[in-house]
Amino acid sequence: MDLQRNHNHTTIVTIEKVIDETPTVRTLVFSDDVMSDVLPGQFAMVWIPGINELPMSVMISDESGKAAFTVRKHGESSTGLFNVKVGEKIGIRGPYGNSFDLKEGKLLLVGGGTGLVPMMRLLTHVRPTDDVTVLIGAKSKDEVFFEDLANRLLEKNAHQVIVSTDDGSYGEKGFVTDLVEKYVEQTKFDGVYVCGPEIMMYKTVQSAHSRGIFVQASLERMMKCGVGICGSCCVGEDLVCKDGTVFDGQHLSENKEFGKFHRNKAGILENY
Amino acid sequence: MEPNIATSIGPIQLDRPVMLASGILGISLDVFNRLYRSGAGAVVTKSLSTEPWEGYPNPTIFSVNGGGWINAVGLSNPGAENFAKMIEPNKDVPIIVSLVGSIPEDFEKMVKEFQNCKVTAYELNLSCPHVAKVGLEVGDDPELVKKIVSTVKNSTNVPVIAKVGLGTTHYLKTVGTAIDSGIDAITAINTVRAMAIDVETQRPILSNKYGGLSGTPIKPIALRCVYEISSKYDIPIIGCGGISTWEDAIEFFLAGASAIQLGSAIGDNWIDVFNEINNGISQYMKKKNYSKIEEMIGLAKKS
Repeated sequence: MDLQRNHNHTTIVTIEKVIDETPTVRTLVFSDDVMSDVLPGQFAMVWIPGINELPMSVMISDESGKAAFTVRKHGESSTGLFNVKVGEKIGIRGPYGNSFDLKEGKLLLVGGGTGLVPMMRLLTHVRPTDDVTVLIGAKSKDEVFFEDLANRLLEKNAHQVIVSTDDGSYGEKGFVTDLVEKYVEQTKFDGVYVCGPEIMMYKTVQSAHSRGIFVQASLERMMKCGVGICGSCCVGEDLVCKDGTVFDGQHLSENKEFGKFHRNKAGILENY
Repeated sequence: MEPNIATSIGPIQLDRPVMLASGILGISLDVFNRLYRSGAGAVVTKSLSTEPWEGYPNPTIFSVNGGGWINAVGLSNPGAENFAKMIEPNKDVPIIVSLVGSIPEDFEKMVKEFQNCKVTAYELNLSCPHVAKVGLEVGDDPELVKKIVSTVKNSTNVPVIAKVGLGTTHYLKTVGTAIDSGIDAITAINTVRAMAIDVETQRPILSNKYGGLSGTPIKPIALRCVYEISSKYDIPIIGCGGISTWEDAIEFFLAGASAIQLGSAIGDNWIDVFNEINNGISQYMKKKNYSKIEEMIGLAKKS
């Protein structure tokens, strides 16, 4: 492994494989020892030359020494990354951020969209004795991905992977947060972990924390530097890049901005 | 007796001599409170403009191999009006409001926005090296510097600081002009115009191509500037540029600075750096038998 590498310095990697997960979501695979070993919840700043640089949670790969980014095309930057072809180069720096405190026993993992990325990496850290429930939220059937992967990663565990779609075209009908509410009501989980749209995280944290269940969320914010200098990613007094991305439910329940506001590029608070 | 690390920068009194430099972390009052609790003597806000600015697209920052950062964030900020509303509830934190603009009227207008806020000082950004028509382009024009400084001084009783940098007009001349126009203190220096090119993709890395170099590589340059300013003029100076340890801070005091600012060190050591430096300064003063910061300011000039 390249232990001498300055992790703040941009390293150029070549995309070796592109996997279409859904019509709008792709996984781009590349070789990099440092990124293949990052902790769940950690992120990289990803440079698409000539386009932009954006924070991305680091996706796992089946092959050792490899890592990936799973991106949904949305704005200019994410579409730029989505369109990177096999053989093309991107720059990466990091990993940055902290990781989840993985409890033992009954675990509930909740992911929406590309928020499933840190959840998949977290699944590679569960112990065979853990009993794991994974809830996947999607708008509709063609936006569902990583269901098979989650089942495969949990082969050796007592587990269930449940999908909900907002329109009911696949799995259970409704919002995944309603499923969360149902499951935490039934089961005293030892740990709940969530990543996805902020409202989804907010509701999940509320459901678990209000019942005294340990819960952590991996937050997303607009980022510029990734290293705690620019301040763009602040949520109240917290900096997602340095203090997070993972925060405890206890801490989040005291944060005035979580689930309510985010900041735009000029730093002005906007409602969710 | 425990040494006292309080300091005066002309009319500005601070309990601790280490401040957050402008451009760093400065968009939320909650973060300011946290920095103050972590040992910052004051926080300087991001440079505010009359209107909100989004700044440049990423990449906006680049880590230089061998140390330091090059940034071209592009002065992104919520605008003076929004910002003033945000800090209005502030009671505890000494906030120095950094302002950036092209004409005296911009500054005059912004100072009015802060009428109901507790502002410790204004810092005029006359030295940002990577945004057109403001910053260094203003600082390089002595006539404009004169007009802006006198306008702001006439608009407020709050102390006014000018932040200077390395432009095409010699910074000593800019400092002289600011002093003649009534400035209360000088912050020296800003980041130094720089760039980085990726050899693999063969293009400049920052979206703006040019940025400003900060961090340890510019510390000796900043130190030289503080020494030169304090040798030439009788004006309170805030040293800024690559300070990351208590030894760096002491060097700046010995060169003639009354206080210091830091930013890049946070990227390397996070916000614990404030108290680390405060404690180091305190230990040094104890060892050297100083009871006040003032006793060591400019001592290196005696030899």
